[in-house]
Amino acid sequence: MNSAVIMKQVPDSEALIKLAPDGTGYVKEGVKFVMNPYDEFGVEEALKIKESAGSGEVTIISLGSERAVEAIRTGLAMGADKGVLLNAGEGYACALGVANALAEELKAGDYKIIFCGKQAIDDDMAQIGPMVAELMDIPCVTVVTAVEISGDKAVCTREIEGGKEIVEVALPAVIACQKGLNEPRYASLPGIMKAKKKPMEQKDISLGDAKAQIVKWEAPPERPPGRTIEGDDPAAKAAALVKALREEAKVI
Amino acid sequence: MAKEVLVFAEQRGGALRKVSFEMVTTGRKLADSMGGECCAVVVGDSVSGLAADLGKYGADKVFVVEDAKLKDYVPDLYAQAVAEVAKDAKVLIGGASAMGKDLLPRVAARLDTAMASDCVKMDMEGDSLMSFRPVFAGKAFVTIKVNGTPQVAAGRPKVFPAEENAKAGAVEKVSVSLGDAKAVLKELKQEAGDRVDLTEADIIVSGGRGMKGPDEYKILEELADALGSNATVGASRAAVDAGWRPHSDQVGQTGKTVSPSLYIACGISGAIQHLAGMGSSKYIVAVNKDADAPIFSKADFGIVEDLFKFVPELTGEVKKLLAE
Repeated sequence: MNSAVIMKQVPDSEALIKLAPDGTGYVKEGVKFVMNPYDEFGVEEALKIKESAGSGEVTIISLGSERAVEAIRTGLAMGADKGVLLNAGEGYACALGVANALAEELKAGDYKIIFCGKQAIDDDMAQIGPMVAELMDIPCVTVVTAVEISGDKAVCTREIEGGKEIVEVALPAVIACQKGLNEPRYASLPGIMKAKKKPMEQKDISLGDAKAQIVKWEAPPERPPGRTIEGDDPAAKAAALVKALREEAKVI
Repeated sequence: MAKEVLVFAEQRGGALRKVSFEMVTTGRKLADSMGGECCAVVVGDSVSGLAADLGKYGADKVFVVEDAKLKDYVPDLYAQAVAEVAKDAKVLIGGASAMGKDLLPRVAARLDTAMASDCVKMDMEGDSLMSFRPVFAGKAFVTIKVNGTPQVAAGRPKVFPAEENAKAGAVEKVSVSLGDAKAVLKELKQEAGDRVDLTEADIIVSGGRGMKGPDEYKILEELADALGSNATVGASRAAVDAGWRPHSDQVGQTGKTVSPSLYIACGISGAIQHLAGMGSSKYIVAVNKDADAPIFSKADFGIVEDLFKFVPELTGEVKKLLAE
């Protein structure tokens, strides 16, 4: 059973994001880029399925710039077999355009399961999984915390408000991974060495005009300044806070 | 044909979820701004009865797609149904709930249009929907404009108000020819526990590394109990990673995004990843014995105090107040 992992290279979650002075985006110089953390769950799950089946290949597919090769190599170092970079250059890409390009690439392969992260931590859009699935006319299960494959079906546990759904889908299917699905392995030194020799394909692609356009970038809206609740002791402070919450905030 | 703002009204188990009313109210405002109609679409098995409530919040018309195949949520079939109704609308909005985030991208792709997710503000500029939303876990914000039909956007739950504004809510049944379901819902498991879900709570009492251990959360639970049935307990990543609280309690970038009226952060330093999850809270209270904790810069009310001494006092004062 061959699987694919849709992977995006993103700024590390600790990165300081500085807005470009011309308002066109954020400053990429000096930023550390990594494999999207949610995609790591996808790579790990694909590897576990391959190990448990004793066969099958895991292909990492990423749409990005040349820089993304580094993140694909991370996946190969974890144990994936092949990497594919759809090189769209550095410009902004909207989810629909990306999904169309990924769907075309995926249709050409013979993947039974396609993993992706529930969202990319740069744009937090959470659209690629369902969009790719719709374009490929296959099912997608999102926010998945458990997967069990049996034959040509997958039974997934999905997080919803106040509980979980247990959903069964026929393969091929897209699975958008949530934290808790597994513990992604670290790339071992032998893994890193082997990764250098694994096949890495690069295809130049052009996405066309983006249908979702970012017309403005801004710093986060400021909250009005708050104040410290003073008091002689915890009891006095508690009384003062309750008064403020009742009379000023009107939330209790 | 009238310019239409279509609102996907989410129902589960035959009842409309709160975010549906928030979105109808928003749709009404967008439609009025554009000089168009606000319509809702509800999908399920026997759901026409839900139209009246949608009219109450401002829907001129309610499209109803009913079919036994739609009784449970099935992403591909719901997408077929909603896309059929939405294909000529100017704007399609819905809540960025678990269902909305799963369904609306499918609908957008099906209609070859684009979508803005997790929006905290939506306004019309002429016939264009301008959606305002966080990126990089809230380190920056962007305004998105969609060149497509319809322009699709999902609103973050509990951020947009739900306001009654009675309109006709005229039911129009739509028959959609559906394919075979690609997914089957085998089981719905409700979370154990009698407290409201984090994403739906009005008040959240949250604990972080400063709680020092799992047993100490008892004082937060007592405070939540005192604050009422719409209050619940959350946790920071540090507490979840330490194994003190389950992942389902985690608020933050890799946990849940919450928008309560009141968020009380106890022993939480306020890392940006935590703020990403609760930054939409209407009021933030921070309790921390470290006066330099970053959370104080985001709090409306800051208490520099030992939480173990302060929280029980707060519980006592809350009980006194609510007993009046």
